[in-house]
Amino acid sequence: MADTKVAQMKEKVVKEPSLMTGAVPAKDWWDVEAVFKQGNYCYPAKKSMVEYHNKNLPGVFGVPRDWDPESDNWNLPENWQEIILNGLKDRLDKFRSLKIFMDCCVRCGACADKCHFFLGTGDPKNMPVLRAELLRSVYRNDFTLAGKLLGKMAGARPMTFKVLKEWFMYFYQCTECRRCSVFCPYGIDTAEVTMMARELLHLVGVGTNWILEPAANSNRTGNHLGLQPHTFKENAEFLLDDIEESTGVRLNSLNFNRKGAEILFVIPSADVFAEPGIFTFMGYLLLFEHIGLDYTISTYASEGGNFGSFTHNSLMKKLNGKIYAEAKRLGVKWILGGECGHMWRVLHQYMDTMNGPADFLQVPVSPITGTRFDNAATTKMIHISEFTADLLHHNKLKLDKSRNDHRIVTFHDSCNPARGMGMLEEPRHILKSVCNNFHEMPENTIRENTFCCGSGTGLNTGEIMDLRMRAGLPRANAVRHVADKHGVNMLSCVCAIDRATLLALNQYWNPDVEVCGVSELLGNALIMEGEKERETDLRFAPLAGMEG
Amino acid sequence: MRIMSPLIAVLALVLLALVAAQGPGGQALVGIILPYLAFAVFLGGVVSRVVNWSSSPVPFRIPTTCGQANSLPWIKQNKLDCPSTKAGVIGRMLLEVLLFRSLFRNTKAEMHEGPKLVYGSSKFLWLFALLFHYCFLVIILRHLRLFMDPIPSFVAALEFGDGFMQIGLPVFYQTDAIFLGALAFLFLRRVMLTNIRYISLPADYFPLFLIMGIAITGILMRYFLRVDVVAIKQLTLGLATLSPPAITGQIGTIFFVHIFLVCALLIYFPFSKLMHLAGVFMSPTRNMINNSRMVRHINPWNDPKIKPHSYASYEDEFREFMVGADIPVEKELPAQPAEEDAAKVAE
Amino acid sequence: MYGKGRIIPALILFLGLMTTPIWYKSGDVSKMPKPEKPKDYTECVAPVQYMRTSHMVLLNEWRDDILREGGTRVGKTANGTEYVRSLQNGCMKCHSDKKKFCDTCHIYASVKPYCWDCHLQPKEAM
Repeated sequence: MADTKVAQMKEKVVKEPSLMTGAVPAKDWWDVEAVFKQGNYCYPAKKSMVEYHNKNLPGVFGVPRDWDPESDNWNLPENWQEIILNGLKDRLDKFRSLKIFMDCCVRCGACADKCHFFLGTGDPKNMPVLRAELLRSVYRNDFTLAGKLLGKMAGARPMTFKVLKEWFMYFYQCTECRRCSVFCPYGIDTAEVTMMARELLHLVGVGTNWILEPAANSNRTGNHLGLQPHTFKENAEFLLDDIEESTGVRLNSLNFNRKGAEILFVIPSADVFAEPGIFTFMGYLLLFEHIGLDYTISTYASEGGNFGSFTHNSLMKKLNGKIYAEAKRLGVKWILGGECGHMWRVLHQYMDTMNGPADFLQVPVSPITGTRFDNAATTKMIHISEFTADLLHHNKLKLDKSRNDHRIVTFHDSCNPARGMGMLEEPRHILKSVCNNFHEMPENTIRENTFCCGSGTGLNTGEIMDLRMRAGLPRANAVRHVADKHGVNMLSCVCAIDRATLLALNQYWNPDVEVCGVSELLGNALIMEGEKERETDLRFAPLAGMEG
Repeated sequence: MRIMSPLIAVLALVLLALVAAQGPGGQALVGIILPYLAFAVFLGGVVSRVVNWSSSPVPFRIPTTCGQANSLPWIKQNKLDCPSTKAGVIGRMLLEVLLFRSLFRNTKAEMHEGPKLVYGSSKFLWLFALLFHYCFLVIILRHLRLFMDPIPSFVAALEFGDGFMQIGLPVFYQTDAIFLGALAFLFLRRVMLTNIRYISLPADYFPLFLIMGIAITGILMRYFLRVDVVAIKQLTLGLATLSPPAITGQIGTIFFVHIFLVCALLIYFPFSKLMHLAGVFMSPTRNMINNSRMVRHINPWNDPKIKPHSYASYEDEFREFMVGADIPVEKELPAQPAEEDAAKVAE
Repeated sequence: MYGKGRIIPALILFLGLMTTPIWYKSGDVSKMPKPEKPKDYTECVAPVQYMRTSHMVLLNEWRDDILREGGTRVGKTANGTEYVRSLQNGCMKCHSDKKKFCDTCHIYASVKPYCWDCHLQPKEAM
């Protein structure tokens, strides 16, 4: 749990002098140094992890070494500034977005109080505009005429170790949630800026272990925990016992790496081994059994969540490449994806470009309703919520909504499905179909305005709990609002990171509210053939009226 | 420092113009040579900056989706905030460019006891930004009367409309007052809001002061110090037709300060944040169609050499476990000699 | 260059709009408006340069002074010539042809004074 007790934190966020509480900073932002101490940084990547990635993608992750963020010597390569500036030039040449976002900001400040990290910490450098200025100032110094001529007057500063420290601090206090980009009059997307800055940091070997290790695991074993195929299968099959216990039905359809299946199902692998994701996984399995879907899960490509996307576009591509490769090997017709946020950012906006064309697949057609998903005509991969919403719309599912009556549900739009995909109504349609009690959080905190869980992009690590609880405050606060107003006791979402992080967040801020995937609630409501009278839901909580 | 140095810079420009306007040589420099130079730098600078931007590809399709996407036919799409067609993107861009759609979403967050975060509507930035830009546009278009002959009817109409309250002589233009008011708002906002003051750079104040200087000298010229418009039009029309006349000395000094500041703005423009004028059209999060699963987007530098960790090496590493767990494999385990023997015996 | 198809036309449009006054067929630029001066008088109510830039202010002052303050209608030039402080009976007495005097500059500079909203326009010479 977090280092600061919640009672203290409640005081701190309101009273502690910060930009959020009206205090005026004494120093200009470029004079404030980033100071690392236990609790405010993610641990650096282990040497062995960098070595592993360097073997696969030479030059991307810098020289493997041990280093300590708290020290003033990070054992950087001698020419590290040159590496960064060359890397910046390379990225300016490759990404128009970067050039535009570097040049166009007018510092109107519309983004300032839109960032959950800023709202929770009041740290000026967590205003998206300043976060970008950390990179922009270096860009101006070396790549613009005004910066070269006027220097500091033009807002330029040379790339120094001090700047590097700021980068490592603040580009790891951004979850690439894109909320700022909704409000920016030029659409400047700090996610894009953070991606570039993290790539640059990696070039000089500055990265975090909580990202590089899962990424290495995903690459080698197919899931981020590094489970070997038999363990992965056992874990999944173990859940069948739980399903049998709560529903009385033994599912037969779960299978792995089966050639000739119609559909490859790709999940965020956490759904197989971590609560509450496992309940979401049960929901998937119940649904597939219910409709008799011809699907398979691959142990090789069992991680849809893409840790590479938190590091470097080439690692994102490399990890993502497995999905199409496996779909081709197994000879499936199309791909179905589970509930996961960043996974879907990659699948929706990057996969086809990086690893397509998927000309060996067919445009997804629901075998049950016959609906052709033309919105995935080229990528050939659809979201489980799209698939389920379609089934519900055609009344293909037998449901008993009352089995979720013990839940008063709200829905957290995950950043990426909301702002990098536009999937807002599908999960809501499912929730309204399977729950009797559904309440929206305030409108400034949902849909395209949704607040991040506070721990995305590889920040859901234990060593920065205080930061995470602060960054998650805007989300937690909106949950608090509906919990008080409507008695909401279940926060549903379509993201594996959310299922892990919102759990910790609610335990901290809203201990009366649990977290679930949308498919879990669906699983509760599905009337299975041959089922027993249900007394509990999938997580063995008594149903309404069964509490006795 | 952040405020004073750009203020001093603008005052220095004013002073420079005042000095230059004292002699006929200086007047010709400020009134003829500098405008041509500034206009050339402005056009060349803007074009080269845009060309520079467009020399970088847009490798990925990354629109920020601000509404429901095109999905199942019975789900209502938000066609403007999450467009799936070219027409939709054009609509989105028009809203963005003409009405500042994104800025209209602005809210203000406050932290209260509890803790409780409260988000209030905050439309003033939107309103004043819109007023500032539209007044600027009207003022620029009104100035066309000095660069064209005969004067196009829309310019005359604009002028008539702008002065419809018929206050004072010469007729007072509403846009002048609104423009100054909006500028004052944008400036005061920067100075008074802690957040905004903290993020503001000299490069934010400089254009504000410069534009204020232009507006004030313009207003002085029209309403207070008054200049011979006919003489000025002779010069400006001459500039526009590439046949500048000799400056006769009938033009007031204030005119030279005004045009000098305008030239400074034109020269400064391409090297500054003012390039958002062009950038707003080219922002990939706004001007792209959200159809990345429908139509394949090509990244010109996509590296086909980056391959996923292959299934073959995965199976090689874990084959034994996979076979043991009844997971199908491509290649069976090498037959165990002992088992082979046993099988033979069984036969 | 990526996205030529859209960017080049946009740049051409930009340059075209920005240079409109250059390619706009402005008339003979050297032809300045030449308001017809009265033949019988050589002196105006104030110096010529002042009249060029500020005659509208003078008219306004007259109006305010006479109508609101009850001021006199009688004015004197620097040389002592008396005149009537009035647009119709003063100014137009010498500058009798609105078209050849007022309008030449006003049209050139796109000024539409609202004098004639109230005052009778002098009858044009037939």
